[in-house]
Amino acid sequence: MIRSEVLRAIAPVISDQLVVCNIGLPSQELHMIDDQPTNFYMLGTMGLASSIGLGLALCQKEKVVAIDGDGSVLTNFGTLPTIANNVADNFILLIIDNGSYGSTGDQPTYAGKKTSLTAVAKACGCDNVVECAAKDTAEALKQALAGNQMTIIVCKCESGNIKVPVITMDPVVIRDRFMKEVARRNA
Amino acid sequence: MNINERIVADLVANKIEFVTTVPCKQLAGVIDAIENCPSIYHIPSNKEDEGIGLCAGAFMGGKRPAIIMQNTALGVTINSLVTLTQFYRMPLPMLISYRGELGEPVACQVEMAVHTKALLAQLNIPTYHFHRESDAEELDAILKYTFMCNKPVAILTDASFWKGY
Repeated sequence: MIRSEVLRAIAPVISDQLVVCNIGLPSQELHMIDDQPTNFYMLGTMGLASSIGLGLALCQKEKVVAIDGDGSVLTNFGTLPTIANNVADNFILLIIDNGSYGSTGDQPTYAGKKTSLTAVAKACGCDNVVECAAKDTAEALKQALAGNQMTIIVCKCESGNIKVPVITMDPVVIRDRFMKEVARRNA
Repeated sequence: MNINERIVADLVANKIEFVTTVPCKQLAGVIDAIENCPSIYHIPSNKEDEGIGLCAGAFMGGKRPAIIMQNTALGVTINSLVTLTQFYRMPLPMLISYRGELGEPVACQVEMAVHTKALLAQLNIPTYHFHRESDAEELDAILKYTFMCNKPVAILTDASFWKGY
C-alpha cells in the first residue's frame, strides 16, 4: 500500500475527527478523498504538523489526529521530546512512514534506511508508540481513538504517489472553518 | 512588581494562556515567571519554528499564544512565520531578546543584531523596541494590537532594557 491508499483506508475512521494534515501530497490526497471542515490542511511549513496538532490538543478537549510523514518528522525531530514531555491524552500522531520524501519525488529518507522512528519516539520518552503495517493502520487508529492515551502510530507503507490536484482553497477559509468546528465541538 | 512580573501580568491581563519559550540569558527571569504563573501553560520548544507550530495549534484550539525567543533565531522562524502564521492570518506576540546591542559582550551576537530589524521589516512584521524599562508600559497596548490585527508582532528587548547581562 502507498500513502494515498492508507489515507483512503483511514478516511472513514478520521472523517469526523479533528485532523491536522501534513504539507504537500498528504493534504492534497486527503482533500480529494474526503474534504471535511474538521481537516486543517497545511499548505506550507514542512515539519510542523505534529507541533500544530500538539498545540491544538493541549488547548481544547476534542481528540486530535495529526497526520505526518517520516520526512517531515525528520525535519522537526525536536517535536518528539516535546510530545513526550507534554502529554495530551487526546493527541494521536500518525506518522505515515514510506521511507521517502514523497511530495518532492520520492527521494529516500533515513527512516527508510537505518533509522527507526518507532525506536526514536520511544527513546524520546513517548510512552505509547505503535508500529503497524499499512493494512493495519485503520484498526490501529480506531484503537487509539477508542482509548484515552496519547498515541504515536508509525505506519510502514510503500513509497509512491498518485496524480492529485493542488488545494486552491484560501488558507484563511481553511483555518476559519476548522476553528468554527473546534469551537462548536468544545461548546 | 519587578519587570519580569510586570511582563507576565500583561500577558495574563490579555488572556494569554499558552507560552512557548527557547531560552536566552536575558530572558531567564521572565521565563521563570511564566513557569510559575498558574494561568499560563508553559511549553519549552527545542527550536523556535517548532514553537511557532505549537502556537498556531493553540490559537486554533481557542487559546491565545505567545513565543519568547532570542533574535538569533529569526532565521529559523522565517518560513513558519510566513507560510503558517501570516498565510493563515494568526496572531502571535513574539517577545524577543535583542542580543548584539549596546553592552553586548559576545561579538558573534552582533552579526545577527545587524540583520534583526531589517529582517522583521522585510517580513512586514510590526516591530517595537524596548530600550528603557518604561518602554514596557506599551506592552499591554501591543498585545491588544496583535490580537486585533491577527499578525505576528515583534517586541525587541535589548540589554539596556534588561539592565545589562
